[in-house]
Amino acid sequence: MHGGKRLSNGIKNERWEVIDTSAMGLIQVEEDVKILPPNIIITSFDKIINWGRLSSIWPTTFGLACCAIEMMAAGAAHNDLDRFGIIFRGSPRQADCVIVAGTVTKKMAPVVRRVYDQIPEPRYVIAMGSCACTGGVFKTYSTVQGCDSFLPVDVYVPGCPPRPETLLEGLVMLQEKIRKEKARWSPWR
Amino acid sequence: MAVTQVRISVFPAGLNPKDIAEKIKEKFPEQVIDVAEFRDQVSVIVKKEQIIPILKYLHDDPLLSLDHLQDLTAVDYLKKRDVRFEVVYNLYSMRYHHHIRVRAQVPENDTKIESVVPIWAGANWHERECYDMFGIVFSGHPDLRRILMPEDWEGHPLRKDYPLQGPELQKDWPGFIEVLKRSKELKEFEWEG
Repeated sequence: MHGGKRLSNGIKNERWEVIDTSAMGLIQVEEDVKILPPNIIITSFDKIINWGRLSSIWPTTFGLACCAIEMMAAGAAHNDLDRFGIIFRGSPRQADCVIVAGTVTKKMAPVVRRVYDQIPEPRYVIAMGSCACTGGVFKTYSTVQGCDSFLPVDVYVPGCPPRPETLLEGLVMLQEKIRKEKARWSPWR
Repeated sequence: MAVTQVRISVFPAGLNPKDIAEKIKEKFPEQVIDVAEFRDQVSVIVKKEQIIPILKYLHDDPLLSLDHLQDLTAVDYLKKRDVRFEVVYNLYSMRYHHHIRVRAQVPENDTKIESVVPIWAGANWHERECYDMFGIVFSGHPDLRRILMPEDWEGHPLRKDYPLQGPELQKDWPGFIEVLKRSKELKEFEWEG
């Protein structure tokens, strides 16, 4: 069924065509996702781009203190971050996310900020552990009182240090956050 | 048949730390201020002027042979003692397995003391840390810079009169203020959702 949109000057715009999908045998499997058997899937940009992003969060390898040990444990065989598509990447240029794992000292703050600045958009920050969230027990001259003073943190993971399960929970929360994003792929964002 | 384990030590037995303290007292009667003992650990409190000859003697004497500087640090006795600082040398003998602790008094108005890097090369970074944290100047040190704090940091953080939570934000380390400023500038480019 083809219906053209008639513009105010009377010219029919052929680019705007309304397709009646009900006659084509499309099956709606969930909101915004329709399947045309056998192998055509129709969905929105938001849905597929967010799905792609949340299924391959690559954090940059960056540990600051004892939380980094738990982060490594979360990446190791028992908890296995790879099954979520989370693979630690050696360079911030090729990463999507930075896990601030540990105490951020004032001397280290410019370095953390530079690593974040080198990550291409879209990028995410997870503050892991009490120190990265609030400064923790180190309410002293040398420690930054929470890395959110100079980084836009997406997910806070408390704990001293958080267990690998807690970090997993934080990463799953980040995935849910990415799933809800609207039009982050668009140049008009 | 029963087997008995016999342990034979090839090393000569070490000296009692009190005896080492006596030896220092005999050799440098003018320099030793006091000998303190706490839980079998003996400290010899000395004046700072002759610290190099004293430690050189402890290092070189064949019967003492305190060839290992376990630690070098300082203590701030602000408002507790007349002389504010003490530089502490924890010495150990690899050969005789005995210890002694030497503490040199350093007054607040003259925080200079001779460097012991010529005796123990490992003292290099210990003295840099001590300078960083307490502001004690080790004269004759090959490379006396800060080791932990940024090089343009103001103040010496482990001094008792240094504020625990550091200076106020305006007077904080310029590098950190720079980061805060830059993150504020770049905030408008963040994705808000």
